Amino acid sequence: MIADAVVADSLVAVAIVLLSVAALVALYRVIAGPSLVDRVIASDVLLTTLIIVVGTEMAINGHTRTIPLMVALAAVGIFGSVAVARFVSRPVPESSPTQEGEL
Amino acid sequence: MTLGDSAFWNPILDIAVAVFLALAAFLTLAAAVGLIRFPDPLSRLHAATKPQILGLIFVVIAIALGVRSWTVLLLLIPVVVFQLLTAPISAHMVGRAAYRAGDFDSETLTTDELAPDIEAAGRSDLPGGQLLDEPPRSARPPRTRRPGPAKGRRGAS
Repeated sequence: MIADAVVADSLVAVAIVLLSVAALVALYRVIAGPSLVDRVIASDVLLTTLIIVVGTEMAINGHTRTIPLMVALAAVGIFGSVAVARFVSRPVPESSPTQEGEL
Repeated sequence: MTLGDSAFWNPILDIAVAVFLALAAFLTLAAAVGLIRFPDPLSRLHAATKPQILGLIFVVIAIALGVRSWTVLLLLIPVVVFQLLTAPISAHMVGRAAYRAGDFDSETLTTDELAPDIEAAGRSDLPGGQLLDEPPRSARPPRTRRPGPAKGRRGAS
């Protein structure tokens, strides 16, 4: 019984460390770039990490109070990526006349 | 202690919860390592999608096992459904944006099915190439316009 608890607790501790490292690494990619698309992908990973952290906290502490938060994050997480991806485009030389009025 | 006894199942379920949490955390870390190690946005996109579905499913299973409740599992299914519906859309949009911005290493592609289509449609921003001379707007067929917005939105903005 006690060995079971030790195994479970150490697995949970490992999970927390892995999630923390993942969030920090994703944050590094958001800051470092280099391109806008990289930042969008990394912020998507950061959001996914956040959802998983919220769920992990629920599983560890044995409550279900933050399920609405998980649902909301999963539902609206798409908007950030799509909104930014819509406006990513190849940089056009300033002399090009075709960019006028296209957006 | 029999099989129907909760004293028999509780330690096993606790370990199962911990294992699922560790698996989800491992997938999340794998995505983060992919973000760092992979060379261009398209391959980073591949790494980023790992925890979005499978990791989330593991966490949902862990929560439901932790409280031992079918009702909670039912409440959590919308989370997975929303991710299943929205993750491919955002990945598609971001991938297309990366392609159009030329933000990828064309040497790593094994096949590129979009480039001939863009060329056939008379678009000028070919991947990795310089801007060609755009034909005048009136000479272009209607479908060669920007692929992004719908026609109604263009008029509105």
